[in-house]
Amino acid sequence: MSEQNDQANPIRDAVAGAIAEHPVILFMKGTPEAPACGFSARTVGALQALDAPFAAVDILPDPRIRQELSALSEWPTIPQLFVKGELVGGADIVAEMFESGELAEVLGVEQPDLEAPAEDVVPTNPPNMQIENRLA
Amino acid sequence: MPSTDEIRQRIEAALPGATAVVEDWTGGGDHLKATVVAPQFAGLSRIAQHRLVYDIFGDEIGGPIHALSLKTSTP
Repeated sequence: MSEQNDQANPIRDAVAGAIAEHPVILFMKGTPEAPACGFSARTVGALQALDAPFAAVDILPDPRIRQELSALSEWPTIPQLFVKGELVGGADIVAEMFESGELAEVLGVEQPDLEAPAEDVVPTNPPNMQIENRLA
Repeated sequence: MPSTDEIRQRIEAALPGATAVVEDWTGGGDHLKATVVAPQFAGLSRIAQHRLVYDIFGDEIGGPIHALSLKTSTP
């Protein structure tokens, strides 16, 4: 049995409150200025490329934030982007939606000039380090 | 840390008829990328498709599997 119950759970309430309060909110590792993970950085990059205003929550300072967030959203990974209270997705889905123009649509903003190569703005892969593990 | 091959087998076992390609993105074994084509995804949102795959691994995501990047589609 979990010791958690539906009663006093201030962190879950704070997470739910933030999602309800902000039309666009990103839960991420680090801050938009200094993302602490490549996946969070990609997602911030997509939002910034669309010039979309968003609130951001750094989940790193307290592990309970991530725990309660994932319990609420039923989504295991970070980042998580919510628009109008609904989970839109993590880094992969946001990147796919950015490329297809769906993200701009969901956010109600203009898609930037599609002539510009999107890879420059939102790298879809981490840098290829060309390291192969050949140790037996 | 599960291998790319183990991840592939577990996805294909959990979603009969699915094919999965699992790559090690960085060479470090903990940032994996899975491209999954499964009939079970039909009619589901991307969120629901990704959840089906994440649910196979439960708490291992974010633990032994630091990151599993997904690309999902139907056959």
